[in-house]
Amino acid sequence: MMALLEVKDLQVRVEDREILHGLSLTVNRGEVHAIMGPNGSGKSTLSHVIAGKPGYEVTGGEILFDGQDLLEMEPDERAAKGVFLAFQYPVEIPGVTTWNFLHAALNAQRKARGEAEMSSPAFLKKVREVAKSLNVPQDMLKRGVNVGFSGGEKKRNEVLQMALFEPSLCILDEMDSGLDIDALRIAADGVNALRSPDRAMVVITHYQRLLNYIVPDFVHVMSRGRVVTSGGKELALELEESGYAQFEDA
Amino acid sequence: MNVVLARTESGRAMEGLFTASRDRLPGTARVSEIRRQAFEAYERAGLPHRRIEEWKYTDLRVLMREVRPLAEKPDVSALRRAAAALKPVAIEGAAKLVLVDGVFAAELSDKVPPGASMTTLREALESGAGELLATAATDAMISLNAALATDGLVIEIADGTRLAAPLQIMHIATVASASAFTRSRVRIGNGARVTLVENFVAAEGAKSYQAHDAVLLSLGDQAELTLARLMTDSVDAANVTSAMFDLGAKAKFDLFNVTAGGAVSRYQGFVTLAGEGSELNVNGVNLLNGSQHGDTTLLIDHAVPHCTSREVFRAVIDDRAHSVFQGRIIVRPGAQKTDGKMMTRALLLSDEAEADNKPELEIFADDVTCGHGATAGALDENLLFYLRARGLPERAAQALLIQAFVGEAIEGIADDDLRDVVMAAAERWLEART
Repeated sequence: MMALLEVKDLQVRVEDREILHGLSLTVNRGEVHAIMGPNGSGKSTLSHVIAGKPGYEVTGGEILFDGQDLLEMEPDERAAKGVFLAFQYPVEIPGVTTWNFLHAALNAQRKARGEAEMSSPAFLKKVREVAKSLNVPQDMLKRGVNVGFSGGEKKRNEVLQMALFEPSLCILDEMDSGLDIDALRIAADGVNALRSPDRAMVVITHYQRLLNYIVPDFVHVMSRGRVVTSGGKELALELEESGYAQFEDA
Repeated sequence: MNVVLARTESGRAMEGLFTASRDRLPGTARVSEIRRQAFEAYERAGLPHRRIEEWKYTDLRVLMREVRPLAEKPDVSALRRAAAALKPVAIEGAAKLVLVDGVFAAELSDKVPPGASMTTLREALESGAGELLATAATDAMISLNAALATDGLVIEIADGTRLAAPLQIMHIATVASASAFTRSRVRIGNGARVTLVENFVAAEGAKSYQAHDAVLLSLGDQAELTLARLMTDSVDAANVTSAMFDLGAKAKFDLFNVTAGGAVSRYQGFVTLAGEGSELNVNGVNLLNGSQHGDTTLLIDHAVPHCTSREVFRAVIDDRAHSVFQGRIIVRPGAQKTDGKMMTRALLLSDEAEADNKPELEIFADDVTCGHGATAGALDENLLFYLRARGLPERAAQALLIQAFVGEAIEGIADDDLRDVVMAAAERWLEART
């Protein structure tokens, strides 16, 4: 079976600095991978490059998504194909209601896939169901995108989008940052409900804490722009004891 | 002493234009004399140019070059095209008052509702109402308008009248290349409440015409006016409008101006806060692309104490377009407790787009709150990436952010129907762009 995501020997520069020096990672459908590592190890860069954020120069290697060259695609094409990045810091967009934004985004994805656009009533029904299942209050949908949302509400809004767009690859970038333990639990429950044999997840985190709630199948440790070691979920617990220092010197 | 007026070629052409237009210009002998004086005032200055401070960003000698001859009176074909052009912008339930190529078109207009009365400028001038051609504010273009105004509306709203539906003044051009000069006066009585909509629209076949308009508007004590002006003239047209507003005491005036048409346009507003406790809110939106030039200039004169003025001006500028905003707040001696603020925000969508902002404060009282601010920039890359990462193609993501930027200005319109009409005008511009 073809891997869902294959990152091969990826090298990435930002301005004049190389951030990723030949990173490789293979993720299959149904798997949850955690990527851990100290600040500055390149974790967020990897997530941005997969999603197509401008400002990164890929100088070597490739990323295949379902066997297709992901780096050749615009960010919106990647989204339509099933790549979803849950942002570490979701942006606030005043003047665009969450409702409008979700409807426009969903229909843009459907259109790109050659599917029929969803009418307002059908969309309303669907988004209400999803919101209810995630305990997202209806009035959040009427407000500007993330405007005045708490950290927890912003992350819940990301999970809501994940549930609505039904991507095949979810990348969660430092989902736990800025969340207290209750908010974290709510967000993690939402993510766990989306685990499925057809869907893969890549959970990027600095702390082991998040992995108590979203339990991974595989753990990779990044340091200085490479994956330096990989293992099962027990690796995360070991790191909790020993810290990242052993890899910094590697 | 003999003064020899050195005439330029265009000056001689203008003299000819004025003489040739005589029989089209209504009015008694006294009115004709006022027109002649106004024309001479124009002649002394000529078309405004960049060495005149108020016009430094909008040099009409370069941008407009000349004043076109007056349009012919609209014929049956012109009226038919005008009727088709007004349909998409007519507000349901509003009393439409239609001017086609500078002439009132009774057959396309509605009766004004009870509490309002209306005559045409033509009728008023024929009965000698020369004061309609005089204004406190003057410049060359206001004088030229007084000299050449062919028609317009003279509207009175009786004290205490509350109009349930808007009055909609529609300027429709049907000519390929000519000028329309219109001038209207609206007096709103004490305690009256009115919504007024002004449209500038091009009918099929209208191209590089010129719309020259003047509006004299007064609000009585405790009167309330919401005025929305939607300028969607042809992209080859010129529009020069001067509006003079006088506010009584405890009056409330909300002004929304949207400039989304015209090759060259200037909307100059002169607001006098002449009664204590009045409130003025101005929202301006310029939506410009191609090589359009749009200028909004406002002079707000706080003549008395305890008045509030707010101006928020937004511009969305694409391609090589040029947006100008000039705002001047004058606080007269003794106008204490004045609260005046203005803000301009420009969104530049291309490297060649240009925005000029000139805020000016002239404060002669010592117990006031006044301020101004300005921002200019491109669309936020982080917001764009967020939208694109959710599947919106680049142009659609841009459109959503532009709509949000413009929407902030439009959200302030209290009346639902009116807000929809203004939003629709902005959306049409965005759709044409995408």
